[in-house]
Amino acid sequence: MKDGHDIDYDPAPGDRVAKTTCYMCACRCGIDVHLKDGEVAYIEGNRDHPVNRGVLCAKGSAGIMQHLSPARLRAPLRRTGPRGSGQFEEISWEEALSEVTERLAAIRKFGPEKLAFFTGRDQSQSFTGFWAQAFGTPNYAAHGGFCSVNMAAAGITTMGGAFWEFGQPDWERTELFMLFGVAEDHDSNPIKMGLGRLKERGVKVIGVNPIRTGYNAIADEWVGITPGTDGLFILSLVHCLLRAGKIDLDYLARFTDAPVLVNEDAASDDLGLLLRTEDDRHMVIDRRTGKPAPFDAEGILPDLGGKLRRRGTTHRSVFQMIAGRYLAKEYAPEIVGPQVGIEPERIHAIAAELAHAAFDKSFEIAQPWTDFRGERHETMRGRPVSFHAMRGISAHSNGFQTCRALHLLQILLGSVEVPGGFRFKPPYPKPARAHPKPHAKCEPGEPLDGPHLGFVHGPDDLCLREDGSPARIDKAFTWENPLSAHGLMHMLISNAHAGDPYEIDTLFLYMANMAWNSSMNTSGVMAMLTDTNEHGDYVIPNIIYSDAYSSEMVAFADIVLPDTTYLERYDCISLLDRPICEADAVADAIRWPVVEPDRDVRAFQSVLVDLGARLGLPGFVEEDGSPRYADYADYMMNHERRPGVGPLAGWRLGPNGISHGRGLPNGAQLDEYIRHGGFWHAPIPEEARFYKPWNRAYQDWAVETGLFDAPCPYLFSLWSEPLRRFQLAAEGIGTRQPPDHLRARIRATHDPLPIWYPPMEDGHADPVEFPLHALTQRPMAMYHSWGGQNAWLRQIHGMNPLYVPTKWWVGCGFAEGDWARLRSVHGEITVPVAHMAALNEDTVWTWNAIGKRRGAWALGDDAPEGKEGFLLNHLIHELLPPRGDGLRWTNSDPITGQAAWFDLRVAIEKVPASEASHPRLRPQESPVGCGPADVTQKVGR
Amino acid sequence: MHPAASLIAFTTLSGLGLGLLAFLGVGLAPDEGRTGLVFFALAFALAGGGLASSALHLGHPERAHLAFTQWRSSWLSREAWLASGALATMALHAALSLAGWRIAPLGWLGAALCLGTVGATAMIYAQLRTVPRWHHPTTPALFLAYAITGGTLLSGHVIAAIVLLALTGIGQVIVWRLGDGRVAASRSDAGTATGLGTRGRVRLFEGPHTGENYLTREMVFRVARKHVLPLRAIALILAVGLPIVLLALPFSHLLALLAILSHLAGLIVQRWLFFAEAEHVVGHYYGRTG
Amino acid sequence: MTDLPTHTDRKLGLVIDLDTCVGCHACVVACKGWNTENYGAPLGDADAYGADPVGAFLNRVHTFEIQPDDAPAQIVHFPKSCLHCDDAPCVTVCPTGASYKRSEDGIVLVNESTCIGCGLCAWACPYGAREQDPVEKVMKKCTLCVDRIYNEALPEIDRTPACVRTCPAGARHFGDLSDPESDVSQLVEERGGFDLMPEQGTRPVNKYLPPRPRDEIDVLAPFLAPVDDGPKGFLGWLDRTLDRIG
Ligand SMILES: Nc1nc2c(c(=O)[nH]1)N[C@H]1C(S)=C(S)[C@@H](COP(=O)(O)OP(=O)(O)OC[C@H]3O[C@@H](n4cnc5c(=O)[nH]c(N)nc54)[C@H](O)[C@@H]3O)O[C@H]1N2
Ligand SMILES: Nc1nc2c(c(=O)[nH]1)N[C@H]1C(S)=C(S)[C@@H](COP(=O)(O)OP(=O)(O)OC[C@H]3O[C@@H](n4cnc5c(=O)[nH]c(N)nc54)[C@H](O)[C@@H]3O)O[C@H]1N2
Ligand code: SF4
Ligand code: SF4
Ligand code: SF4
Ligand code: SF4
Ligand code: SF4
Ligand SMILES: [Mo]
Repeated sequence: MKDGHDIDYDPAPGDRVAKTTCYMCACRCGIDVHLKDGEVAYIEGNRDHPVNRGVLCAKGSAGIMQHLSPARLRAPLRRTGPRGSGQFEEISWEEALSEVTERLAAIRKFGPEKLAFFTGRDQSQSFTGFWAQAFGTPNYAAHGGFCSVNMAAAGITTMGGAFWEFGQPDWERTELFMLFGVAEDHDSNPIKMGLGRLKERGVKVIGVNPIRTGYNAIADEWVGITPGTDGLFILSLVHCLLRAGKIDLDYLARFTDAPVLVNEDAASDDLGLLLRTEDDRHMVIDRRTGKPAPFDAEGILPDLGGKLRRRGTTHRSVFQMIAGRYLAKEYAPEIVGPQVGIEPERIHAIAAELAHAAFDKSFEIAQPWTDFRGERHETMRGRPVSFHAMRGISAHSNGFQTCRALHLLQILLGSVEVPGGFRFKPPYPKPARAHPKPHAKCEPGEPLDGPHLGFVHGPDDLCLREDGSPARIDKAFTWENPLSAHGLMHMLISNAHAGDPYEIDTLFLYMANMAWNSSMNTSGVMAMLTDTNEHGDYVIPNIIYSDAYSSEMVAFADIVLPDTTYLERYDCISLLDRPICEADAVADAIRWPVVEPDRDVRAFQSVLVDLGARLGLPGFVEEDGSPRYADYADYMMNHERRPGVGPLAGWRLGPNGISHGRGLPNGAQLDEYIRHGGFWHAPIPEEARFYKPWNRAYQDWAVETGLFDAPCPYLFSLWSEPLRRFQLAAEGIGTRQPPDHLRARIRATHDPLPIWYPPMEDGHADPVEFPLHALTQRPMAMYHSWGGQNAWLRQIHGMNPLYVPTKWWVGCGFAEGDWARLRSVHGEITVPVAHMAALNEDTVWTWNAIGKRRGAWALGDDAPEGKEGFLLNHLIHELLPPRGDGLRWTNSDPITGQAAWFDLRVAIEKVPASEASHPRLRPQESPVGCGPADVTQKVGR
Repeated sequence: MHPAASLIAFTTLSGLGLGLLAFLGVGLAPDEGRTGLVFFALAFALAGGGLASSALHLGHPERAHLAFTQWRSSWLSREAWLASGALATMALHAALSLAGWRIAPLGWLGAALCLGTVGATAMIYAQLRTVPRWHHPTTPALFLAYAITGGTLLSGHVIAAIVLLALTGIGQVIVWRLGDGRVAASRSDAGTATGLGTRGRVRLFEGPHTGENYLTREMVFRVARKHVLPLRAIALILAVGLPIVLLALPFSHLLALLAILSHLAGLIVQRWLFFAEAEHVVGHYYGRTG
Repeated sequence: MTDLPTHTDRKLGLVIDLDTCVGCHACVVACKGWNTENYGAPLGDADAYGADPVGAFLNRVHTFEIQPDDAPAQIVHFPKSCLHCDDAPCVTVCPTGASYKRSEDGIVLVNESTCIGCGLCAWACPYGAREQDPVEKVMKKCTLCVDRIYNEALPEIDRTPACVRTCPAGARHFGDLSDPESDVSQLVEERGGFDLMPEQGTRPVNKYLPPRPRDEIDVLAPFLAPVDDGPKGFLGWLDRTLDRIG
């Protein structure tokens, strides 16, 4: 190697490696942090980690610059100027905490619901939710309601789990992979690794997306669908497959509710509900005997063509309903094609490819297993076709049903939880019934009656007050959006400002940039946060906020509680929450302080522990009122959610020493995690790796591991009874009745079988006046607004043009360097444009959250992020345009309340080139100053 | 290429200075007494100033001496040797001449080194295959032509200057035409740069970063087509046309001075264009060519 | 020495798979992270938080759009770093000898302590693979992670370039391209690896694997044959089939 020059061939990356978990996004990869003299020198992927196996994305590698960001907050802040100005004074922690304690104690005493505690991209929801429950406010949720609740709720109610953290394609065995509406997703590195594997094996990838970038760029086939129409496209594929009999009848009969009997007596109050035994088990016809039987009876073979007349009422199998619905002409490719922007021949061709992969390439694994009916199977049959989808289909107002349609397609092909198909990751599969119901009953000075979030199964489970009004500030679990399993964070500020359904006192936010990219209408939300009443007081009286950086939201808080960076604190990525499991293994992980903060900041979770003790919240104090936990690390080790089950499953104490899964708290648990690379990982037994919902070995293993307390096998729900119950109510049946203005909408949208209806905004904004769809995508190298403060990443995405398809580029006479005015029913923006041909011909788009408010993130005044960069959010709104009925219609999915970001319709016109994008908001002052001019990062210099 | 002021100053001034020095070397300019001193001083000022300004382009001028090491392969290194040799030889020659001991062979050697330096400077550009407009023997030829013409002009040979100016002007037009042809004929484009040209029309969709970088600042400079012809005309008029007219008028020192200044101004425009018009193939990666 | 070696014992280099690269920029930042902390001066960023940030990067990912005549437009992500050319013009132009190509493995390097920052090597490189550091003012380029690939302080498995180790999609491969048996040579052989701008005569060591054909949709392929042609239609078929499998 010697070439005569003075080269150090063997530099050590550091003098010490600390293995922890990345938090440059929510993917939670394992990282090796190389330290030199106690300072972070280099970060690379942990090769042993189950999530990323050594690789790291751009953000992860740039973690060092995030850790050294000049935008880091330095000390607690108290507002001194008007809200939004960014004028603050630094105060001590004791001042900050006693002020907050005093306010919260008063609220708790008189009306806990006056506190709204909402968290953003927080990874400790089982903890923050526990705190909020102990406090007693019903007003708690994380950002899931505006993010992707359609995906989660549709997956869980249909098959007991969804995409992302709930499951993954069987990358090693699948023979055809179809991707719907994904730019990046949470599973960032695993998806890239998976795609890499498919490419290595030469497996075909089909990308369905109006925009052909990223994953869709490497797809072998691109389907540039019209936004908001995937449901129809998918149901057309279902039509083709049904018509050709290319469906897995055996799978449908054994593992799904397809053979379960549906009441079809128009005169019955149970019309559309499923037939049950006395002890509440679904009924099927046993094809062997021709007799009705409970679905899980030993030895039966459920009949997909079953029919039953009982007590004068006819019942037919769900499968016959499915056939009846989707064989109809309206789903034929020839009819659907023009509506979705895909040639009918292509729909036929894709259906044929799906069938070919699922059935002609089917294989078997020689692994015997026993199903929940006690039947032993000698092999596991593979259906090597898999799907993945995310916000492209879920962030529409028809997203819940579209996601259901996709699950219907997967299930008809028999490709869920089988080799080569889609596989769940523990703690999934877990059906909706195994989740809690939502709770919202609050009493002064008392904890809430149960967990805030969960699944409703019918009108009786809604969170309504005595007078029928919403119990929660975000109106989750009401007739407007009954299955809002993650709450509706996007309605929080709007409703609090409107005092609808009631007024609140304090907004307590954590890690959510609600005054910027997290709000559906940024300018509107800023106005609401600063709006005053006739006394000159703020309409929303108090805002407490925890952030680690000088974000846009910081400027709107009255008290700011500065958090540490992710390398300076303990965090818990728990099985109670969103763990890091893989389809073949159960796993959880921690973060731990690999460096000490050099500022007066505190880990927010530890601050919550402290506040919990100061407020005397149950679970946070001992009998004698003394604090139960010293800090969050103490909580992670010693809290027990259920006996033997705590935040971390690894290295607990069993009767004979260390035990994993269940066990008593272990005071050395965190040391063990640190010693073992920051995570715990245990393989699922071979026999339990597929068919998990119905596999006895899996169910027993899950109980042993502490995922559930008793086995709970279940059938996939192609027929959604909860939806049907809401529909029945809308039809006038039952004691709890929806308000009249919602009846028609509930009847139309809450169909127990997947349907498609046009995105709601189409009914409010004239598609002729607003002919274009406008979308955003996540750039792979940026995480929401946080990336902008990162000296390395901001060079990659420092501004964002609006990409315009050829038809409109030519039509408007655009040239490089031009600017456009983009108008929606809600507002207008002026932005730079760029040309893109590989794009749906009626869609424009931009990268998400690149634009920044001037003064935020310690950036210079004329930084491109604040000058040319822009947010599409000024054109979106949390409410649909008024219809003259005096009602506030949310821009959300009518079933789950999922924010319909991607329903947006716009008009475009060319304008003279501008210096800066518009609206040009007033800059905020920076409580941390501006970053240095030059950066030359090198610890070992 | 980015028309950096330091490089424009370097090539124009050093070209003129070295041209004049060459004339002094071969004894075609006044090299004795007061006048000689003035001429030598002017020549050294131009050449030295030009060469010094080239150091402004360096990231580490304090290490400039290292540039002498690679004469076997590097034109820049050769230029360094030749320039030092030329200046040293001519310094000796000047000292001797001014002292009245003019040694002709020494002058001839100095002149050769001066022209060699200009040639080497030009070869730095001409050797670059990455810049099709420069990559041609006419590049050093034209540099030399300008240097010699400048020397003639500065050393006061009116008739010769008129003739050389005219010839250089014609040469310049030819070089521009040839350069245009080479750019058009260049086999490199976004298709070959990416190897994807056989699949369809290739266009940069997104650069690797949204701002500038060293390469885009240094090499991906583009002068608008519509500005090129007027600028060429201005260069030609100032560097060649106007000086010829001024020299053709009844001789006066003032007119001669104006002719020289006009030539210098024209040369600056010509050099600005020399860089600004030169398209580097790396532009194909930045969507900033054809 | 500025002369190019007449022969290199090995030709270490990268093979980049344009069929697989998703354009995530992971390689870009891993490279920046490793090389700022290791080989030579840190990779500086001028105006890091201001209006015109300009940093030195040794590897950058461009994105191209291809418009075929009769198919939808395609997007190809295109990572690019030094190609460690056999006939490296950047080396021969260097006046100081700071730029050199190693005879043992073909890696092209800059000795930063003798670089005068004249920029000529960057001019000579057709690929834009060299960038002068905006703060340190010396020439920077991909070192092929020469301080990783032989690094005894690293576990053997990590003796590979930072960009290759980090690439989540597995689109980057490192090896000896002079050895026809090496994995990288095999890949080049199988997938038709090609050179960038061969007309520049640089004879790059790094190779690129082309994207596989896209959008090859056979719209003339037969549709799935319907089953409901019997007298009782679809349900009749269902009954018959269930009888058969039951
Ligand atoms: N137009 C448009 N808008 C969108 C979307 C879209 O697709 N299009 N997507 C929406 C979706 S799905 C989401 S999830 C949201 C995301 O939007 P946000 O949840 O607002 O996400 P971030 O920008 O990541 O902001 C979170 C805040 O957390 C802070 N933070 C970062 N690290 C820490 C930490 O360690 N501790 C603390 N206390 N704070 C920290 C950041 O500084 C930032 O202010 O955006 C939504 N907005
Ligand atoms: N690098 C990075 N990773 C992230 C994030 C980040 O900010 N940066 N954010 C994280 C968060 S909070 C989330 S929620 C996830 C979201 O991850 P993704 O689901 O990938 O979210 P988006 O980037 O919003 O991409 C939505 C995609 O859907 C497409 N699309 C829009 N409408 C339609 C449609 O009607 N049909 C189809 N088929 N496609 C459509 C868009 O073109 C886009 O490609 O990413 C997470 N991961
Ligand atoms: S995907 Fe990237 S940012 Fe997210 S956790 Fe993994 S390495 Fe970190
Ligand atoms: S890391 Fe890999 S996939 Fe990502 S841009 Fe680089 S080469 Fe492409
Ligand atoms: S790619 Fe450029 S810098 Fe690298 S060896 Fe080739 S010519 Fe030199
Ligand atoms: S910039 Fe440095 S390495 Fe490049 S040619 Fe000049 S001296 Fe050599
Ligand atoms: S080989 Fe090393 S220096 Fe070269 S691009 Fe990759 S990471 Fe950067
Ligand atoms: Mo999200």
